[in-house]
Amino acid sequence: MSLLDVRDLSVVFQRRGERPFTAVDKVSFSVEPGQTVGLVGESGCGKSVTSLAIMGLLPRRGNKVTGEVNFDGADLLKLRPDDMRDRRGRDIGMIFQDPLSSLNPVVPIGVQVAEVLERHRGMDRKVAMKEARELLDAVGIPDPMRRLKEYPHQISGGMRQRALIAIALACKPRLLIADEPTTALDVTIQAQILTLLKQLVDETGTALIMITHDLGVVAGLCDTVNVLYGGKVVERAERHELFARPRHPYTHGLLNSVPRLDSPRGERLHAIRGSVADNIPWVEGCAFAPRCDNVVDACLEGTPPLEPTATGGDLRCNNPVSEEVAVP
Amino acid sequence: MTESTERTGPLVELRDVKVHFPIKSGVLFDRTVGHVYAVDGVSLSINKGETYGLVGESGCGKSTLGRGLLRLVEPTDGEVVFDGTDVRALKGEAMRKMRRRIQMIFQDPLSSLDPRQSVESLLVEGLKAHGLAKDKAATAKRLREALAAVGLPASALSKYPHEFSGGQRQRIGIARALVLDPDLIVADEPVSALDVSIQAQVINLLEELQNEHGLTYLIIAHDLAVVRHIADTVGVMYLGGLVEEASSDDLYREPMHPYTKALMSAVPVPDPQVEDRRERILLAGDLPSPTNPPAGCRFHTRCPWAQPTRCAEERPALRQVLDGHRVACHYAEDIAAGRIRPHEVEPELVRPDDGAAPGDTGELIPTP
Repeated sequence: MSLLDVRDLSVVFQRRGERPFTAVDKVSFSVEPGQTVGLVGESGCGKSVTSLAIMGLLPRRGNKVTGEVNFDGADLLKLRPDDMRDRRGRDIGMIFQDPLSSLNPVVPIGVQVAEVLERHRGMDRKVAMKEARELLDAVGIPDPMRRLKEYPHQISGGMRQRALIAIALACKPRLLIADEPTTALDVTIQAQILTLLKQLVDETGTALIMITHDLGVVAGLCDTVNVLYGGKVVERAERHELFARPRHPYTHGLLNSVPRLDSPRGERLHAIRGSVADNIPWVEGCAFAPRCDNVVDACLEGTPPLEPTATGGDLRCNNPVSEEVAVP
Repeated sequence: MTESTERTGPLVELRDVKVHFPIKSGVLFDRTVGHVYAVDGVSLSINKGETYGLVGESGCGKSTLGRGLLRLVEPTDGEVVFDGTDVRALKGEAMRKMRRRIQMIFQDPLSSLDPRQSVESLLVEGLKAHGLAKDKAATAKRLREALAAVGLPASALSKYPHEFSGGQRQRIGIARALVLDPDLIVADEPVSALDVSIQAQVINLLEELQNEHGLTYLIIAHDLAVVRHIADTVGVMYLGGLVEEASSDDLYREPMHPYTKALMSAVPVPDPQVEDRRERILLAGDLPSPTNPPAGCRFHTRCPWAQPTRCAEERPALRQVLDGHRVACHYAEDIAAGRIRPHEVEPELVRPDDGAAPGDTGELIPTP
């Protein structure tokens, strides 16, 4: 059985006087223990909202969350807030994009790590601080004894992200959700953090959901990749398969539009035309149709279904890119 | 439009440019307690019609150097020569006139466009400032041309910035620079705020405009892949200094400075087969504070190839190692030939509070 099984998860933002907006539209995916799953897409595709919905972190007012999030035999969406609080941080850890705004600026790092241990593992402050020191050491923070007493503003961005990872991993969660964990960091620091995450996943056997817009990050880290567009999964595949033979025109376009360090210089990039603003609602057809080069009549006649492919993935497209067309 | 004679050779020359920001402290009387050495001795030249890409991580001084070129921040020392004129010696009106020929594109199109000005008013502002908006019909034509060049309809003129998407806003920013018919465009992170699919559109646009108008670009970016794609020559900056400069192809084929090597190996490539095989050079620790840069080679505290002699004492000059390939490393040849092997480096503690925060974007603002 899967560790996490998300079934038809939908999130609708409802505001008085405004039309409801479907941010996440019947997204389903599952995560096996020890597996790394990627959610990829551009801004506004619903990848972060998906993770917040799984964690139960969306405000109750103004949002309608439907579907199922089965984790370890229980539907997280149906848990009482108290029970969810017990699980959050203990069974599921989360790392956010901006480490400065997700750490409390007026509480020392050590206390912030120890807090989790006290809350979930019933340790007293002294024992928890000792454990916190070891955790900071494990995520590669030099001189952890001194760092314990310091405040977030006193350490660098990369170190803050490491501290956040230490907090997320404090209770040895079975699932870790990382929402753009390296976007705010420089490339050399990003490489450090990604190596650390990979190493921790290998050592502790925790499953990881990696949410990112960066296809390069996904290529090196994830086992399975879900590509999101307009709140729906448009393509899912094993990573080698996805990058070698992208079938959805959006995935294909995305891979072609990134300048690569190892591609010849001065070649024109194949940009995807238009912008997300051109999307049509899914009920009328494929949201990507107005920007798609492969568009056919069927694309404007209702939502294309997500169908399994021959290679074990899933695809939501009426006229996919042929398998022979490889990415240059 | 260009009044300069047909000179080949460099359009811009920077000679040992330094930008130091004083750090002030005190309640009644400001005392200078130190300096942020944002740019500390950079020399480079950009040829006409060429694209020069400046890369480096946040806090390396790349943005400050771009601003120093336009004198948006005043360089502390050094020479900035633009088309044969020493820009730093220009005063008042002469400097203002010169600015028409050097335009800038900023990173965040939303905060660099006044939300209360219509696109027309945004575009015409520069023309008026330079006395080029005298003839109404000609001005209107010019605005329409600039918009057409960046792929926006003429109807955009009466709209306001909030009515556009991020990519379109960046196009307005480019049109604003273009309308003055500049010789040099300094683009500071022109695509980093945009989604990848939009990034490609803007990169293509910048390339088209260069071909049509014969523009010279100074592109400042942290994304090596973008710079490699667009630039003819690439300069890599680290902690206020240029550590390596070569043609884009050479730099990619054979990075010679240890920092460039590490930087290149850190950039993720969207190809699992490359990623699986690739060896990463992981740098230990963070960027040292620019208020108190390490003595000797700025990179020696994190360099896996650092040697006990020279590296810590003597700051390496940017020297020609191969044809058109300049490197600031004492041991560039030895490293290239494999005579020096990389070793482990213990990460050193870096305090963000005694300088610019390494997590911040490239700007270094003097503390008030």
